[in-house]
Amino acid sequence: MARNSSLPITIAQVTKTYGKVSALDHVDLHIKSGEFLTLLGPSGSGKTTLLTVLAGFTRPDGGSLKFGDAEMITVPPHKRDVGMVFQNYALFPHMTVAGNVAFPLKLRGVVGAESARRVERALEMVRLGGYGARGVDQLSGGQRQRVALARAIVFEPRIMLMDEPLSALDKQLREHMQIELRQLHEQLGMTTVYVTHDQREALTMSDRIAVINGGRIMQLDTPRAIYERPANRFVAEFIGESTFVPVTVAAGRLMLAGQPLQTAEPLPADGQRLLMLRPERLRVLAHSEDPGPGFNLLAATLAATVYQGDSSLLQVALPDGTRLQVRSASIGAAAPTEPGRALRLALAFQDTVLLPPDGAPA
Amino acid sequence: MSDLPNALALQRNALWERLGLASLIMPALLLIMVTMLLPVGWLFYLSVLSDSGAFSWEHYQRMWEHPSYGRTFATTFRVSLLTTGICILLAYPLAYFLSELPKRAANLCMVAVLLPLWTSLLVRTYAWLVLLQRRGLINNWGIELGLWDEPLTLVHNLAGTLIGMVHVMLPFLVLPLYASMRAIDRNYLRAAANLGASPLRSFWLVFFPLALPGLSAGVLIVFILCLGFYVTPAVLGGGKVIMVSSRIANDIEIFFNWGAASALGVVLLVLTALLILGTARLTRLGNIMPPGGRP
Repeated sequence: MARNSSLPITIAQVTKTYGKVSALDHVDLHIKSGEFLTLLGPSGSGKTTLLTVLAGFTRPDGGSLKFGDAEMITVPPHKRDVGMVFQNYALFPHMTVAGNVAFPLKLRGVVGAESARRVERALEMVRLGGYGARGVDQLSGGQRQRVALARAIVFEPRIMLMDEPLSALDKQLREHMQIELRQLHEQLGMTTVYVTHDQREALTMSDRIAVINGGRIMQLDTPRAIYERPANRFVAEFIGESTFVPVTVAAGRLMLAGQPLQTAEPLPADGQRLLMLRPERLRVLAHSEDPGPGFNLLAATLAATVYQGDSSLLQVALPDGTRLQVRSASIGAAAPTEPGRALRLALAFQDTVLLPPDGAPA
Repeated sequence: MSDLPNALALQRNALWERLGLASLIMPALLLIMVTMLLPVGWLFYLSVLSDSGAFSWEHYQRMWEHPSYGRTFATTFRVSLLTTGICILLAYPLAYFLSELPKRAANLCMVAVLLPLWTSLLVRTYAWLVLLQRRGLINNWGIELGLWDEPLTLVHNLAGTLIGMVHVMLPFLVLPLYASMRAIDRNYLRAAANLGASPLRSFWLVFFPLALPGLSAGVLIVFILCLGFYVTPAVLGGGKVIMVSSRIANDIEIFFNWGAASALGVVLLVLTALLILGTARLTRLGNIMPPGGRP
């Protein structure tokens, strides 16, 4: 299959309300040509609504949607020419595998040998070559997923939409398909919008992630930036584990439990802030170990240890009683277990992240 | 195998379970024996007896020789086909509309669809007679509104028969059609649209085939009910639309010819059975549930 030309998507001011509930609240989003962008959010956040607006199944109250330079917001779904993989695959039960994959070709006037050739090639791309004659109900969940994918790519759309396509698969298959989907995207190069509520999936697959909540985009950035530099508490909480400690910036200094901290970013203006601490970024120092420059040091005492296989989760208390969580790898020196033991923790400056305080506008 | 502990007892348990299950159908089986097989057998027996009580094919022979019988069967099939056809035209959009409504509203509408079934067939048929006759409600309104000048002949003919029969049969088509349309996951239609199908093509290529089991079930029910229908054609047809059922009634009530009536009944039964077999072959009726109904 030749590398498709892909199209950028420009969403502006798209708004959709159901009664009083705002599903999409003036959403602006530009998706680059050939980009793999993930809409990530909890259920009811509006991520699926946004996808169905892109596909044309949901009629928004207003706004603009452009594929390339063409305004699409009033174009009916069957004229949008986008591929889509549905959450439950939506394979036509009264057609064979080949019938399903040939369906979009048939509608575009491609029939006969040309259609058969392209169907077989699409099936080969998803590693289902030779499955054409099977009935849809003879396939496993993973195979159905692949057929749905083949059906969506066979007509070489320039935009691909995916609505939680892996959520019905078991964990192992899901992780395997994540890699395959990503490879397929690199091969075909179509602009892809991917909806998921699984943060790990989003981090694994995306070029950029748009974190959505309450019909608004909370943050739009690369996976690394979203994880390392969340814009607010919602994003930090939704992606990865973290402990939040209310802190005060006063006179240009940041103090935590009487201990000064430095950050990689310039300190914000004086006032209340929220300190985000990722458990795996806090490291327990060995006796008299010097972490070197670029690290904050925190004195704490061990409260409890929970063994979790690949790592242990330590509950530690700062001198003022603030509780933190520390993830400690299980290899090497065993994590300390006796409660009450004094610890020294190291925290890199760039992992010392300040967020707007609770209640501040996001 | 059987040297395993308790193997025999477990086999016995399995056998009892199967017997228990089989016993559930016994009442229905008995009922069918008594109310169906025996009378039909008796009918068949009567149909091959001559008036003098000797074995003979004379009733069948007469049917073959008299063209009026052929006309009666032709009328029966024509009326049944027309009724079924009109029912499809009315029921399909209605069932589709209902299947798109929210569940509560749809249930309420279904009650309205089924309401006629709760009133006596005879009452409904005579009600139509009142509405459709020369000086009936419909003709009065039509003339008053200036839609037509002379009273239309809406009853005691084919039109009246069809109106009455369509009214009676409609729920039997709407019911299975609605059930099968309701079971269609609307994501199939979204997928079809997404893949480039206009609403019309998505209906024809996806929705119609998926709703077909419901349609064929309903059509078969309606058509078969029509074939043996008596009350409505007799009252609204006014002796001008003579169906097999009327003829059977005449043979018994007027001519006391049980043999002739039985022979008619047997022929109708055989024709109907052939028809069901043929349709079942064509549409695979065994597959009443649309495939998408399964999770």
